This record gives sequence, C-alpha cells and structure tokens, in this order.
Amino acid sequence: MSLATLDLPAPREGLLRRLSDVLVRRARLLTLLLLLPPLLWLGLVYLGSLFVFLGQSVFSIDEFSGTIVREPTTATLLELFRPANLDILLRTIGIAGGVTLLCAIIAFPIAYYAARYAGPKVKAAFYLAVMMPLWSSYLVKVYGWKLLLAKEGAIGWFAGKLGLGGALEAWLALPLVGGPSLSVSYTGMVLTFTYLWLPFMILPVQAALERVPPHLIEAAGDLGAAPGLVFRTVILPLAMPGVVAGSIFTFSLTLGDYIVPQIIGTSALVLGQAVYTLQGTAGNIPLAAAFSLVPILVMAVFLTLAKRTGAFDAL
Amino acid sequence: MTRAPLSLKIAALAGLAFLHIPLLFILLYCFTTEEKSYAFPPPGFTLKWFGVVWGRADIWAAVGLSLKVASIATLLALVLGTLAAGALARARFFGREPISLLFVLPIALPGIVTGIALRQAFGLMEIPFSVWTIVLGHATFCIVVVYNNAVARLRRLSPSLIEASMDLGADAFQTFRLVVLPNIGTALLAGGMLAFALSFDEVIVTTFTAGQQSTLPIWMLSELIRPRQRPVTNVVAVLVILVTFLPILAAYYLTRHGEAVAGSGK
Repeated sequence: MSLATLDLPAPREGLLRRLSDVLVRRARLLTLLLLLPPLLWLGLVYLGSLFVFLGQSVFSIDEFSGTIVREPTTATLLELFRPANLDILLRTIGIAGGVTLLCAIIAFPIAYYAARYAGPKVKAAFYLAVMMPLWSSYLVKVYGWKLLLAKEGAIGWFAGKLGLGGALEAWLALPLVGGPSLSVSYTGMVLTFTYLWLPFMILPVQAALERVPPHLIEAAGDLGAAPGLVFRTVILPLAMPGVVAGSIFTFSLTLGDYIVPQIIGTSALVLGQAVYTLQGTAGNIPLAAAFSLVPILVMAVFLTLAKRTGAFDAL
Repeated sequence: MTRAPLSLKIAALAGLAFLHIPLLFILLYCFTTEEKSYAFPPPGFTLKWFGVVWGRADIWAAVGLSLKVASIATLLALVLGTLAAGALARARFFGREPISLLFVLPIALPGIVTGIALRQAFGLMEIPFSVWTIVLGHATFCIVVVYNNAVARLRRLSPSLIEASMDLGADAFQTFRLVVLPNIGTALLAGGMLAFALSFDEVIVTTFTAGQQSTLPIWMLSELIRPRQRPVTNVVAVLVILVTFLPILAAYYLTRHGEAVAGSGK
C-alpha cells in the first residue's frame, strides 16, 4: 500500500506549521505553554489570595476601633490558646475523630463484602450504590437528616413504635451526646457528618482490600489460623492504609464544615462556624485566619503520618 | 470463593440502607400536606407542591443562575484542566510534584478557607460580586476533576500513536485534533459532567463569592435555616438530585471500562 491511498490530510504550510515544528522540537516550551494558563489561575489568583488571607494571622485587631493593625505580632496566634478558643478547637477535633471512627466501622463491612465476596454484577451495583449518595447534593443530604432527626420526625416515631422511645429519651438525657432532641445534639451532628462522608471511607478501604492477595489469606488458614485470627493479623493490617486514606477525607471535611453545625447540632460553636462569624459579623480577619491555619496544620501532620503508612497508594 | 458469613451480609446491606434511606424520606415529604413541621408519618398526601414550585419565580431564577454558573465554570475547567493534564501526564521536570499538589489544593483545603481567601482578594482588587466571581470560585475546584480524568486517560494513551501521526505528516495541531482528542474525548466528557455536578451543588465557597445573588444551593440553605413552605424545599431537593445524578451516571458509563471515575475527592 502506498502512502497516497491512505487519504492523509495534506501537510499544511505557513505559520501554523512553523509554530507546530517549534513546539514538537522543543518539548519543554510546549510543556511551559500548556502549563501557563492553569498555573496563572491557580498559582497566582488562588494561591495568592490564600497567602494574603492566611498571612493576616500575624496581624492583630485594634480592640477599640476594630481595624486591622498591620504590624507582625504573635498575639493573634496565641489567642487561639485562650480557654474559649481552645474549647472550640478541641470540640471540633473530637467531633471529627468520632465521625472518622463511625465511618470506619460502617464502611468496613460494605467494603469487605464488595471486595471479597461480590461477583462482577453485585460489585457494579455496590459501586453505583456508593457513588450515588456521594455525588448527591450536599445540602439535600443534610436536609434529609434534618427531616429524620426532628423531634416529630421519623426516627422518633419509629423508636416509639418499636418500644425504644425510652431508650432514645435515656440517650438524649446523657450529658455531652444528648440534648432536647436529636436535631440539636452532638449525636445528630455526628450522624449527619458520618452519613455525608461515608462514601469517602468506603472507596479507599475497598481499594485496599481488593489488593490483599487471596493466597495470603489461604496460607494463613493452611497454617492453622482460625478465621478471626486471619482477619485480625492478615486482613486488617493490610486494609489499614485504606482506612487511613479514608480518614484523611472524613477528618478534614468535618474540620472545615460550617453548614451542618448551623442546621443540626448544639449552639456551641465549631471551628468552621467560628471562622465564619469572625470574618463576617465580628470582622476579625486576623483571628479568622489564625483559626483557618489549624485545620491546615492538622491535615499537614495527618498527611505526613499517612504517607508513612502508604495510604496514598490506596487513594 | 467461599460464601460470605450472614452477619457480614447483614452489616453490608444495613450500611447501604443507611446511605439511601434519608434520600427516600426527602422524596416522601414532597407529598406531605403538612407544611409547618416534619411530622412523621405525614398526615396526608398531595401533589400541590409541584405546582407551587412551578409558579415560584425566585426558584427558577436561582436554577437559571446555577445552570449558567455551572456551564461557564465547566467550560473553563475543561480548558484549563486539559492543558494541565497535557503538560503533566508525561513530562518530567523540576517542580512537577508541587505543581500537581497545587492542582489538588482547592479540594484538599476546607472550602471555607478557599471562600474567604477569594472574597478577600475580590475586596482588595475592588471587583464587585457578579456571576463571574461565582464562576471564578467554582472553576478553581472544578479544574482538578477534569485534570484527574484527563491525566488518567493520557497516561494510558500510547505515545507511539502520536509518533505515528507525526510520521505520517500531521503537525502538532492536527495530531491533537485527530488523534489525541478522540482518544481522551470520553474522559473529558466524564470530567466535565462531574465538574458540572460539583459546581451545580456547591454552597460553601459560593456563600462567600456570590454577594446578594442566589444560586440554587444558596436558596436551599436559606430555606434550611429559616424554613417557610417546607415541602417546596423537598420538591426542589428532588429536582437537584435529578440534575446532579444524571450527569454522574453518564460519567460512570463513559469511564467504566477504564479506571474508576477519577473524582473520588470532592
């Protein structure tokens, strides 16, 4: 077959062709040109505004006039350690920890079943069943829980019908986790967060479990380990990177959220709400910036630790 | 392969039920006659809320704004995300790692930080709030979704295809149009749909970059904080589920023969 029968587009002449030649011969120039627009956007606009905002944490606010004093000081950062502010930080980290734990507990059986027992059809169905809530509207999901948790809502009704009304009352009477009704308690808030971020835990755990070689499990069984022991000593350690990878999402997403605590939960502030009120009504941008540094720092530490466990391969 | 223990089956199914039951309740409450509370079971059923939504101009204005913002943000993200993927898929150069981290940063950092930072920047540069300030915020985190999908596909595209095209006389632009684009087309489509869904649904960054304008999520947020006709919110919620779910389903079918949909980070 000769080239002529291939019906090739005729090579172009002129400026475009010359430009093309330059780009093909100089791969680095091409990379640079491709990279320039997105880099201008993210590097200049986004990163720039991020630094300007976070940088203000070294400024302070004049208590009388309410204006920002543009002199470097550590006073604003130290303000984070005042008891009221420390309370907010610890409360938020506690909630994020609880959410992460609950997500891991609920996600594991789903991921384990999908990874080890499900056939191709069931696996695809599981995948869609996890992806659909993941990509459903965030506010819609929060709204769903507001419906369920309301005092007159479905959970209370079912608890009453099943004779568990007393148990629900007793739970709500507990200090810390309780409250006047589920929708204004930490229990409700943690449940909502768990629901929102659960798919982010399921997917990496499943990915990690799918990489556990089946012959390792068989070998452990051949060597006399009971199923429970195999699970604890072989499967669980190998699934841990997935759990850690999922925790990155569940933890960081909870740390930064300020919408859910506005709608469900107690009146005590969490970190996101604190930042929101500080930058808005309070007009204290330096302290808002200082608060914003906390989740970033916590996540940086978290990510460094996670990198050591190999969690990034499970993402 | 052995059969799953019954307890595992029950735990897995209960977990999946947990993921879906709240969405079913939203659907149920679309039809309730009770508009002042979330009383369960609903005292009666009616279809009138669908008619109410149809007649509400504020809702349709919010839908219009959301669609407009999501379309522009998706287009921008497609262009910038593809460019970034083209540059980073194969090239090895100093600073590559930090740059790919930079692309992921907008979804890795809490939305509230991104939102306030952008709001401050608009204030400093004296840019008034408009459709474009919302678009700017949305495109920032949509780029990564397109980038993830495109970069995964580009890495699987054999370089010899491109070399063959050039050997046969096509220039770089023709090669892009005739060889590269058809190969990454479905990945871009999938990435674009996910970006669209993400933008259509975004609320945290939007609260800071919207000013007085109301996208659909902003409208819903104000209804959640100060409810008026509660079932109306339910009807809108179901509408939102449909508008975001269909593109996601399409994205799933477009990419299912390759790697998993590269959007696992929202």
